[in-house]
Amino acid sequence: MSVLNSNIPKGPLAEKWQNHKNSIRLVNPANKRNLDVIVVGTGLAGASAAASLGEMGYNVKAFCFQDSPRRAHSIAAQGGINAAKNYRNDGDSVYRLFYDTIKGGDYRSREANVHRLAEVSVNIIDQCVAQGVPFAREYGGLLDNRSFGGVQVSRTFYAKGQTGQQLLLGAYSALSRQVAAGQVKLYSRHEMMNLVMVDGKARGIIARNLVTGEIERHSAHAVLLCTGGYGNVFYLSTNAMGSNVTATWKAHKKGAFFGNPCFTQIHPTCIPVSGDYQSKLTLMSESLRNDGRIWVPKAKDDKRKPVDIPEEERDYYLERRYPAFGNLVPRDVASRAAKERCDAGYGVGQSKMAVYLDYASAIERYGKAEANKQRLPNADKATILKLGKQVVAAKYGNLFEMYEKITGDNPYETPMRIYPAVHYTMGGLWVDYNLMSNLDGLFVLGEANFSDHGANRLGASALMQGLADGYFVVPYTLGNYLADDIRTGPISTEAPEFEQAEKEVTDTMDRLMSIKGDKTVDYFHKALGKIMWDKCGMARNEQGLKEAISEIKALREAFWKEVRVPGDKNEFNPELEKACRVADFLELGELMCYDALNRNESCGGHFREEYQTEEGEALRDDENYTYVAAWEYKESGEPVLHKETLEFENVKPTTRSYK
Amino acid sequence: MSQNTMNLKLKIWRQKGASTPGKMVDYTLNGVNPEMSFLEMMDVLNQQLIEAGEEPVAFDHDCREGICGMCSMFINGRAHGPMTGTTTCQLHMRHFKDGDTITIEPWRSAAFPVIKDLSVDRSSFDRIIQAGGYVSVNTGAAPDANAIPIPKEDADSAFDAATCIGCGACVATCKNASAMLFVSAKVSQLALLPQGAPERQERALRMVEQMDKEGFGNCTNTGACEVECPKGISIENIARMNREFLRASLVKKKKKAGMAAS
Amino acid sequence: MAQNASYGLLKSSIGKKVFMALTGLFLCLFLVGHLAGNLQLFIPGEAGQIQFNKYAEFMTTNPAVKILSYVTYFSILFHVFDGLALTLKNRKARPQRYHYKKDSANSIWSSRNMGVLGTVILVFIVLHMSNFWFKMHFGDIGVDAEGRKDLYTVVAASFEQLWYVAIYAISMVAIGFHLWHGFASGFQSLGVNHSAYNPIIQGFGKVFSVVVPLGFAIIPIYMYLT
Repeated sequence: MSVLNSNIPKGPLAEKWQNHKNSIRLVNPANKRNLDVIVVGTGLAGASAAASLGEMGYNVKAFCFQDSPRRAHSIAAQGGINAAKNYRNDGDSVYRLFYDTIKGGDYRSREANVHRLAEVSVNIIDQCVAQGVPFAREYGGLLDNRSFGGVQVSRTFYAKGQTGQQLLLGAYSALSRQVAAGQVKLYSRHEMMNLVMVDGKARGIIARNLVTGEIERHSAHAVLLCTGGYGNVFYLSTNAMGSNVTATWKAHKKGAFFGNPCFTQIHPTCIPVSGDYQSKLTLMSESLRNDGRIWVPKAKDDKRKPVDIPEEERDYYLERRYPAFGNLVPRDVASRAAKERCDAGYGVGQSKMAVYLDYASAIERYGKAEANKQRLPNADKATILKLGKQVVAAKYGNLFEMYEKITGDNPYETPMRIYPAVHYTMGGLWVDYNLMSNLDGLFVLGEANFSDHGANRLGASALMQGLADGYFVVPYTLGNYLADDIRTGPISTEAPEFEQAEKEVTDTMDRLMSIKGDKTVDYFHKALGKIMWDKCGMARNEQGLKEAISEIKALREAFWKEVRVPGDKNEFNPELEKACRVADFLELGELMCYDALNRNESCGGHFREEYQTEEGEALRDDENYTYVAAWEYKESGEPVLHKETLEFENVKPTTRSYK
Repeated sequence: MSQNTMNLKLKIWRQKGASTPGKMVDYTLNGVNPEMSFLEMMDVLNQQLIEAGEEPVAFDHDCREGICGMCSMFINGRAHGPMTGTTTCQLHMRHFKDGDTITIEPWRSAAFPVIKDLSVDRSSFDRIIQAGGYVSVNTGAAPDANAIPIPKEDADSAFDAATCIGCGACVATCKNASAMLFVSAKVSQLALLPQGAPERQERALRMVEQMDKEGFGNCTNTGACEVECPKGISIENIARMNREFLRASLVKKKKKAGMAAS
Repeated sequence: MAQNASYGLLKSSIGKKVFMALTGLFLCLFLVGHLAGNLQLFIPGEAGQIQFNKYAEFMTTNPAVKILSYVTYFSILFHVFDGLALTLKNRKARPQRYHYKKDSANSIWSSRNMGVLGTVILVFIVLHMSNFWFKMHFGDIGVDAEGRKDLYTVVAASFEQLWYVAIYAISMVAIGFHLWHGFASGFQSLGVNHSAYNPIIQGFGKVFSVVVPLGFAIIPIYMYLT
């Protein structure tokens, strides 16, 4: 029916991946030596893919814009990684992880992909432990777990509040091993500036050496984009400052479809904005909702200090509205609930755009348990609090410290102030079951693709997906694709397509350098972010989206007339890097608005104000919108929509309820 | 938000490129909000420089939440500035006073050549990890994660060492520009875990050899690195690496082709 | 192979530090022995003179002591040259120095000035040896009532001069600071670091670095005063 073929294998859901692995084509070791693969990005997806492919014998070139692959933003993931190990004996299973993820995604993801993700989740934990990732353990020496939002089992493996760091350093070490072995050639401080298509196949990239400014051509038999999400289109987000959409956007402009671009995850627990100089937002891990309670005062404009507000004058609104899941409702639900309270005038803090995340009762609860453990039945209140603080410090110490560093408040004594912030983008380049985009030879992994999280990602699932794609999916599916290329031989970078792609890059940079306007890149980025946050953020409506589209168009025009990029293109020039990235964000933002406007329903992180229940919950329209919106780029005029209908053969979409 | 803003004098190292000499340049920055992070203060300075037609100050930064290890400024004579346990990006202006003069320099080490202004090249750290900072396990070859129980204390100690963010503050602050804390953190992490045990000797030898080759200085055990490490990594790890290296040097059989490469 | 490995050990930064620690800690032992001998100078009158000269003769003729003395010479020389090699490499590791570096915030003065302190000590050792050791071995000094070389009188004469006493006292301060950091540092270099034993090592090191140099310094002062 459309140009999109998801290539989902036939057969029962639970057997699809195994059957597929049994039947796909392989490349023998001797031939792997003759095949080149480019991996862009060295986060969890990129590093794990590059390492695994290197181990298998492919010649891999890995690119990252940071000064070391170890700095990719996966490193900042705090809370944990899900896996259906059922080490807790609490009823977890591959099916349940699959089901939770599908439901958490509000029935806008592909069943087969999600089931595969749940299947390989268990291998990921094994792999990471074998690499020396120091997960949290219990006294018996076995792995510990905690629970995360949107689920009722404890399946999250963690390493204090630094799980992403530990997993990334594990993948980085595997990558480093392959660099030492000569299987992977590393290009740090290199940014992908364009994709090169030769005869309808992705055959290389144009990269800029960020230190010298040199433009380089790199060819390969396949290109893997593992470049993360595009949350920085909002300017303020929990993403790293350098996180950008350029790689995937350039691929999009070369024909790759962009799937569900408007699906953005707004994380409920971030440190609120404190001023207009603010450059980024900091997440406080979702794991804090395990023990913390979220509340606002029952009275509007309550000026008392939070500790002075008595229990009965507090509104624990998540516990009130969602008794079954309480503070552990999924992120989209928790974020909207916070926005609802603040919009209604109950917000706290100077800006009134914050709610409290309170650890007082957890400290007391843990303190009592610890007093019992230490056989202190008559412990006084001070002792209990002291013990409780120690327990909380052991679990969340680094997060509490971080909060104190940023805000100057001590969260052991006073509730933290938090507010939702842009965190993750479920949308991304459209890929089939094999993680290949609609462009032959262009694979997209991790957050950069659209595939597994539907309209809302559950906590601790991003790390799972990144590593699943890199360690356990693409090593198989890439071989299937490359089996056709064993006789191709090296790809020449002298082809006219390379020349053309390079010229596009230099032209863009020359144009940017030549404007010499009077406004900085950040000025435009901030302006774009404001439009996106106000009109394509936590709540969207038709009118706002239409306004946003024309505002972004105008802003883009102004950018190309008034921006000032200092320095030279043939040198280390961070402002030029930013300008190139913002130029792409200015195009992406518009597409996101088109997508949000097209989707006349509310689902997951996409909340259209026109489509909600009387209680203010998201109202899906399964009849008309059970599809992936895959957008095709058009040089002029509006983007073209292609639909991939989502078939639910195993799970029946129902109204998501966490009550 | 009309808190008391601050006026600051900044002395910043400016260097066009690796091969050109640099110098300290004075700037004045007014109206700094104490709630800003240090890097946001630098952003404001750069915006003003760009608007004035001058070259902004190049500096490395990315996550701005204290974990990627990219930010690297030597502020008022100390790596990552005056607060302990804090990266530059997590340092906030509330720790400075109105009228303060702040000197800002890049990490200085032969093994960290300056790229531009405050940006340095830390790829020597990558090469040290490549020399052996890993467990040789291929994807798919892992046993069940709970197959080998690891005492909690060992796992916790390994974690403490593994929290290293590779920022290079240890090198920057060491009077000898030694990388011992960085290298020992990785050696320790893997030596403490059963998964790292089979290669521990070879790993210690190779990583130390690479460290020496990169041109880092020697350890004088001043303990400065431990104080300035934003993750509070202990020099106990350095002692552990000394043990590992010593044992490996004395008992290790002649190297074969090296650590299993693939 | 073993010799291969130890050759590599000496070339490596950690190996150099290990040898620094081994020689340094050996020299600490030497200090204890030397101090024990020197304490005989407190014995008053002729009995002290006889006793001390007896001791000096024993120290220069006993074969076991001879071997130990060669180990000591070697340790001193090795400690010096190894320290020099380390310092040179350290200098090369930071060719462009900081404009402002606030070292006091993170380390103690003595730990950052081991080279300077060591140089002062080396100069002292040369002076000390030329004055006593050289005279005892090769010099033309008188004999005491029992016919032994009368080192005691040489020592007593030296310490009648105030400037000489002052040099000794100051040098002992340098040794004290050198040990203040060096003693515990040696253990760290050898990999001995354990939360249960660190306080003992560090505490002992500090006591050692005060008591031993003080003991050495008091003798010339005492002799000057009496």
